[in-house]
Amino acid sequence: MEEISRRHFIKSAGTAGFAIWLGLSAKGNPLMAMDIASANFSPYILIEASGKITIFNTKPEMGQGTLQSFPALIAEELEVSMDQVIIKQSNGEKAFGGGQSAGGSASIRTNYLPMRKVGAAAKEVLILAAAKIWGVDAAECYAENGTVIHRASKKMLPYGKLIEEASKIELPKNPKLKDPKDFKILGKTTKRQDIPLKTNGTAGFGIDVKVPGMLYAVVERSPVFGATLKSYDATAVLKIAGIKKVGPIERIVGKYKYTGIAIIGNSYWTVSQARKKLKVVWENNGHETFNTVDYENHLRKLAAEPGITGKNIGSVETMQISPENTFEAFYETPVVAHHPLEPMNCTAHVKGDKLEIWTSTQVASAMTGSGPNDLPKQVGFAPENVKLNNQFIGGGFGRRLYFDYIVEAVNVAKLVDVPVKLIWSREDTTTQGPFRPMTFSKLSAGFSTDGKLSTFQHKVISPSYFESMQANYDRTKVDTIMMEGIAEQAYEIPNLKTTYVRADLHIPVAAWRSVTSSTLAFAHEGFIDELAYKAKKDPMEFRLELLSKPSDTKKVLLKLKEVSNWEQKLPQGKGRGVAVWDFFAGLAGQIVEVSHHPDKTISIDKVIAVIDLGAVVNEDNVKNQVEGAIIMALGAATKPGITFKDGKTVEQNFYDNPMVRINEAPVVEVHILADGGKVKGVGEPGLPPFAPALANAIFAASGTRFRKMPFDLKTEG
Amino acid sequence: MISLNVNDQNFDIDADPDMPLLWAIRDLVGLTGTKYGCGVAQCGACVVHLNGEAVRSCITKVSRARGQKIRTIEGLSKNNDHPLQLAWNEVNVPQCGYCHSGQLMSAAVLLRENPNPSDADIDQAMAGNICRCGTYLRIRKAIHLAAELQKKGETKG
Repeated sequence: MEEISRRHFIKSAGTAGFAIWLGLSAKGNPLMAMDIASANFSPYILIEASGKITIFNTKPEMGQGTLQSFPALIAEELEVSMDQVIIKQSNGEKAFGGGQSAGGSASIRTNYLPMRKVGAAAKEVLILAAAKIWGVDAAECYAENGTVIHRASKKMLPYGKLIEEASKIELPKNPKLKDPKDFKILGKTTKRQDIPLKTNGTAGFGIDVKVPGMLYAVVERSPVFGATLKSYDATAVLKIAGIKKVGPIERIVGKYKYTGIAIIGNSYWTVSQARKKLKVVWENNGHETFNTVDYENHLRKLAAEPGITGKNIGSVETMQISPENTFEAFYETPVVAHHPLEPMNCTAHVKGDKLEIWTSTQVASAMTGSGPNDLPKQVGFAPENVKLNNQFIGGGFGRRLYFDYIVEAVNVAKLVDVPVKLIWSREDTTTQGPFRPMTFSKLSAGFSTDGKLSTFQHKVISPSYFESMQANYDRTKVDTIMMEGIAEQAYEIPNLKTTYVRADLHIPVAAWRSVTSSTLAFAHEGFIDELAYKAKKDPMEFRLELLSKPSDTKKVLLKLKEVSNWEQKLPQGKGRGVAVWDFFAGLAGQIVEVSHHPDKTISIDKVIAVIDLGAVVNEDNVKNQVEGAIIMALGAATKPGITFKDGKTVEQNFYDNPMVRINEAPVVEVHILADGGKVKGVGEPGLPPFAPALANAIFAASGTRFRKMPFDLKTEG
Repeated sequence: MISLNVNDQNFDIDADPDMPLLWAIRDLVGLTGTKYGCGVAQCGACVVHLNGEAVRSCITKVSRARGQKIRTIEGLSKNNDHPLQLAWNEVNVPQCGYCHSGQLMSAAVLLRENPNPSDADIDQAMAGNICRCGTYLRIRKAIHLAAELQKKGETKG
């Protein structure tokens, strides 16, 4: 099975003449081979006798910059410039294993050392080869710009001329990595190769794919979640010129299976017009009364339940705190849609027992994987018979971690014997989910008689992510995704307890950029701020007093304090708010400065962000990511979310589910901490601190405390 | 048959006159730089120039464009060297890139009409274009830079 896909991969890589492949074993050891078909490792570098150097990027490009940043790790150590190498995107080939996915801000933080190791091992073996050819000591040679140079004689040999000799030498297992002070690429601002393609219309996204003979499809789905198909009548549809086929197909998202009616025809316009003539009767199964107002009331009631204990540090329950030193607050957040600007789409071609797909997915590995939740199993093909052609992703934000639209497209393609491009309309993309679920937070805290924060409890009331994903979810356990980060903040609070109250929901839920930290940080850091005011302390000083020990969080806050001139008082009507959040993806903090105008409106004067990274690959790209995360967080904090009525999603398109526009974009200043510590993620950490920092700033400026997202940038008081 | 002039080239396409220009350009002419984002003139991903004016091709019937001069992102410049394209590359504006064909086509009209736009002018002219990745700060910066480049280009010429 593996052999077939390896050969397939090699064919597509298309080497001519002698070549060496260098990569990593499953255990992370550098390995080399002349014949990749029989090699048992993931290849990342291909050097050919012609001098051509190829670096493979296994992380799908969705705007986060991995097309440049992942290969840059290898190029730095290999001593080649980014202009010298050809970057090839992997497509779920078995050779590259299960790591071909982009999510969790993980691409760089989990590959920073392994990829450098591959590049360093390759460079070392090439230097050894040159030294052998010249009959000199390897220590007298160095590599630069794809050549090895003998220091004394200035003799030079390009890598392509060294690979035959290199192939006879054993690859160093533990190559020496460069001192960061010698970096030429990492930590600098380097150009992304995809940018020119994105300024002249030539970047190919999933929706742009053209396959000869291809038809187009749309799918009519039930607007009511949980409905099943009763009957449909396609008579009027089939009379329309250009319509080829109509039939029921299945979509799978997590544990949910939905039937839709596919309409296939000769253009997207034809099929979307025909869709209006399709008659479908759905069985709503009692879900037609579901609505957000009732569900939110249900969540508020559930807050009285004891819930399941997550972390319980110290003795929250037995602490004797007087009522006047106890404080409580309740925070609420809405459901939101991901809304990547490229609507969901996939082109699929079923050729007997073989399947070829062209799409934009964050999870290339899942397209060819052999697990029960991978695409081949879900659509009934052998993994080795599935070929993926992954394109640039027109926005991911977590939505394209789920491939329900791909399952659907494959099932559509089974109805005909030609390739079919399935496109979701914006309305489909808005209404059909999966969505980021709402979280409600019940918080309570107590101060001891000496004024120290002694107890802190955070209870999360929400639907469960894992229950949406898995039919056999264990309801007696805490859903760790829904409790993200709340027990792991660095604050030194002696008695801390987190609990989870699960709420039933029949609507599919999903991870949304920064996952549950995008809501829980608002509650957690908002409440910390409230406690600072209760304690009559400056919110920055209150936090720092809870951070007596050195920590990355403390470092971020001190940097924020410095760059914001925190101690300098702001004039009347202005206010600053601070928030910091540490979670699996990384760590960042922000200060928002706002003005509270006489007409009660709030404007954001400035956002100052500090992101803690340990190490930086592409400085300007980090800033771009943080700026974008803040804009996305601003939308989630202040724009209406997704609501349900009569079992259906109410919002349809950008007119009733608005996004932030350029005239609303605040000034953002990004500071990066990179002190050689733990390497942390870039894509998500800029998001969680924004909403609490904004709410805290509004309180500082106006005395109005927002505990429910979304909030208007206007106060009543 | 409908005759379209796209980027100074003539195309005879067999399209329903009601078909939006967007789909005629993408699926029949075969130029995919112009994007579908919302279909209801809300996001600006589909902006093209019709006789030099920015229009939302998703709500413009192809029949309205018959015989008119259409310019798409592919025809904004020959070598990706319109001042805006140079500025977009210099400032590293795009992330996912999906919206930027429309952003650039909207910005091109702004810059032609107003060679020295202020932040407020930019905000007003570009508010019809959504960037979900949130590259707005860079769009502002790049339009200012493009205005500079445009001025330099004029003095050179």
